[in-house]
Amino acid sequence: MKASAFAYARATSVENALELLADQGDRAKVLSGGQSLMPAMNLRLISPELVVDIGGLAELRGIAVKEGILTIGALTRYVDLLKSTEIAAHAPLLADAVTHVAHPAIRNRGTIGGSLAHADPASELPACMVALAATIVVRGPGGERRIAAREFFTGIYETALSPQELLVAVDLPVAPRQSSHFFHEFARRHGDYAIVGLAAQAVINDGRFADLRLGFFAVGDRPLLAGAAGKLVNVAVTSSVLSEALSALADELDPQEDHQATPAMRRHLAKVLLARSVSELLSRPELHAGAFV
Amino acid sequence: MTAPITISLEVNGERVDTSVLPRLNLADFLREYLKLTGTHVGCEHGVCGACTVRVDGEIVRACLMLAVQADNASVETIEGLSDSGEIADLQAAFRDRNALQCGFCTPGMLMAAQDLLKQTSAPDREQIREHLSGNYCRCTGYQAIVDAVESTARARAGRTA
Repeated sequence: MKASAFAYARATSVENALELLADQGDRAKVLSGGQSLMPAMNLRLISPELVVDIGGLAELRGIAVKEGILTIGALTRYVDLLKSTEIAAHAPLLADAVTHVAHPAIRNRGTIGGSLAHADPASELPACMVALAATIVVRGPGGERRIAAREFFTGIYETALSPQELLVAVDLPVAPRQSSHFFHEFARRHGDYAIVGLAAQAVINDGRFADLRLGFFAVGDRPLLAGAAGKLVNVAVTSSVLSEALSALADELDPQEDHQATPAMRRHLAKVLLARSVSELLSRPELHAGAFV
Repeated sequence: MTAPITISLEVNGERVDTSVLPRLNLADFLREYLKLTGTHVGCEHGVCGACTVRVDGEIVRACLMLAVQADNASVETIEGLSDSGEIADLQAAFRDRNALQCGFCTPGMLMAAQDLLKQTSAPDREQIREHLSGNYCRCTGYQAIVDAVESTARARAGRTA
């Protein structure tokens, strides 16, 4: 299907984009890579009156590291994340996650800002942001706002962004030295949206988790930072400790039913991912083997 | 602002200056304005890969890009790659390996396969499958397509060694 008719404006600067959005409010949509917006428009799920194309704004592109903070511009594409030495060194979880996002032709256009603003609960990057304790940087008529990733995602395709605001960048703390990560998702076909996925970031000292952040996705209306991780931090992880964490995870999940999976199946797969991540992060295969006996 | 918008781009090495409506996607622009009908339109929401073209050297979905977004860009279609001889060996391998079937997916498959072969000189079958995973073949000719890409990679490696 084709998109319905709309007006098009090519933003010349962030200020210019904000002016256009201030005029049009929720009748406008921001176009960055277009890899989620265009399908939605072609399927007539949305029909904006104005499309504000920010694709030419060089000021929103690029990756920089300064004083322990990794700043990624909103227009940075999936392929840029995949190829970046800064990402590989300071946020390798992101590089791992991107290999699961769609296919090369999509990754050449899709942007991090577009993915986060779109806020599909089954997509990879929102969960990574939650796991990495990212700050989402937003500009609007009143100036800049900095929003913790956990507060940014508010529902299915819903965020804390107002129609007058533009997502301009994300800030991530540089991964500490002893940190380690795990990323996996279950999908019908590599590159499809996840049925259930997990983006995990950990700090491990002497075989124990000093910190563990578990960002589950496709298990609710937004990415979930699992509280069950608390059961595993600063303790010697045994099979019974892991079992407790698995029960705690099942209790806090409220997965949706759709054509891909029932809530029970999603709960089960989330537990499988938790057990697998813990055993891989601690390099203890016996934990995974014992978790479901 | 719903009025046509002037764009200037290069398509297969030739300058194109024209104006288009904002809603026109790049695939339809190539097919209907320039009669470059090798770029196929399948699903129109970025799933099937039949509309794959190169923009500034990188493969993209032409159905998920507006023609107005291609302003100042260099676009290469299957006609461009075919006429220049860049993929003559790959096309021959598709014929030899019976990877053509109905042919609808073929232009997109060739674009994606050439993209892989430019980046990776000796891809294994898994890498080939992964790189082509965004391209559907409704005849399910995947085995033969992977064969053709693999044999082209081998032949090119031998030639440049």
